[in-house]
Amino acid sequence: MKAYRAILVSRFLTLLQYRSAAIAGVGTQLFFGLVRVMIYDGFYRSSSSPQPMNVDQVTTYIWLGQAMLLLAMFDADKDVAAMIRTGNVAYEMTRPLDLYSVWFTRALSGRAAPLLMRSIPIFIVAGLFFGLKMPASISAAGLFVLSAFGGLLLAASLIALMTVCLLWTISGEGVNRLAAPMIFFFSGLVIPLPLFPDWIQRAIAVLPFRGLIDTPFRIYLGVLNGPSAAAALLHQIAWTAALVLAGRMLLNRGIRRLVVQGG
Amino acid sequence: MILKTLQLYRSYMNVSFRSQMQYRASFVLRSLGHFLVTGTEFLGFVALFQRFGQIQGWTLPQMGLFYGMISVPFATTEAVFRGFDTFPNLIKSGDFDRYLLRPRSTALQVLGQDFQLMRVGRFSQALIVLFWSAGRLNVDWSPGNITLLLGGIAGGACLFAGLFVLQATMCFWTTESLEILNCTTYGGVETAQFPVSIYRGWFRGIFTFVIPLATINYFPIHAILNIKDALGSTPLLQWLSPLAGVLFLLVCLQCWRVGVRRYTSTGS
Repeated sequence: MKAYRAILVSRFLTLLQYRSAAIAGVGTQLFFGLVRVMIYDGFYRSSSSPQPMNVDQVTTYIWLGQAMLLLAMFDADKDVAAMIRTGNVAYEMTRPLDLYSVWFTRALSGRAAPLLMRSIPIFIVAGLFFGLKMPASISAAGLFVLSAFGGLLLAASLIALMTVCLLWTISGEGVNRLAAPMIFFFSGLVIPLPLFPDWIQRAIAVLPFRGLIDTPFRIYLGVLNGPSAAAALLHQIAWTAALVLAGRMLLNRGIRRLVVQGG
Repeated sequence: MILKTLQLYRSYMNVSFRSQMQYRASFVLRSLGHFLVTGTEFLGFVALFQRFGQIQGWTLPQMGLFYGMISVPFATTEAVFRGFDTFPNLIKSGDFDRYLLRPRSTALQVLGQDFQLMRVGRFSQALIVLFWSAGRLNVDWSPGNITLLLGGIAGGACLFAGLFVLQATMCFWTTESLEILNCTTYGGVETAQFPVSIYRGWFRGIFTFVIPLATINYFPIHAILNIKDALGSTPLLQWLSPLAGVLFLLVCLQCWRVGVRRYTSTGS
């Protein structure tokens, strides 16, 4: 456990050094948020029929999405990808550590540090100037933090799975390239999940991807509370466990067939 | 001279294409990935139009025309001007020094560095939306209207090319790439895929006068659809507006020349 904590902390601290990239990211995210808020504002002013969310809720949802973009915008671990390409992954396997746990920990810290650096400034700026509302209640705020952490774990389990897929070089790359946009789409970042057509809502409720950002956001807005919030949290945890299991099984199979070419 | 330049560019392209085609499966997957990213985003807009019906009086096929006229030129420029996108690396590594020694224009050499074929994913997605919208709209596709459509696209390609050149030019001063300028390119597409009239005044002003994205779709589309502009542009302006993109590119190339002249190597 100590070793994994060391990996987590050291990589977290390393990534905190990339401050100028974070500042640029914050600027870009604020811009995109502003554009999207104006677009939704335009839509809401054009229609008086009742919608699943009101315009203030959508505005808050969009800003939360900009702040926590990194919970749903994925690619596999680039360092691990390079290791697999060069064959250095063999060294990884000789360490007295559980390989899946190492990759999972890397994924976790790789998301957590940039997420923290980018989300806080956006929360402040959007909260002060651009219509990001406060959480619905104190308990909603507490549950939001909890479910955001759950979303982070879910994200790490997805990234670890995508990374494991890279052991099958070409098809692994295929999975990565095609899964990333689909995850993005079904997470709620493209448009808020409640605004998707009604016929697809049932599928969205089953899929794991709503756990990334949509669950924390609905809790923040107070739409999910009490039992419904508990059910959503359970959905997050269940999927995280399933994806971790799937990742482990796939990794075991991948290692058994892995051939490292010398050089 | 011009013929020689074209020949040189062609051999640059040959090298670039061949190297990208070495990893064919990878190329196909990346292109497909790009197709999906923007494709799902457009599906999102379709869902919004289903819910809301229209945005400030604009329908989905009309919005699709705005979308196509901005995304087609953007995807094109992204592929062709990739060399300017990665230009900061040339400055940081000091490799730009070598470009200065060769008896050809620096802009051409940077341009020839790379042609990103996989942008065909975004390009084809945008083209599908453009054709779909063009078919759905009640527009007489006369030679005049087609000319204006193509003119807008060409003007857009020039405008985005100018932005890429300008972004690279900044590196002569900053060495670092200024990511915040992505707000004008990627952010510009995001903005102008909807009619600029839906935005707040100051914001609309930026994308009409400073970075004139409105000139490549907003104004020409009013002439194509034969509707009255809420912002009060005249038909003459609507027909001439794509030229703003060309003008913009010329100004940016002039800035590039100034930048090259004051370039000092990083020495690494």
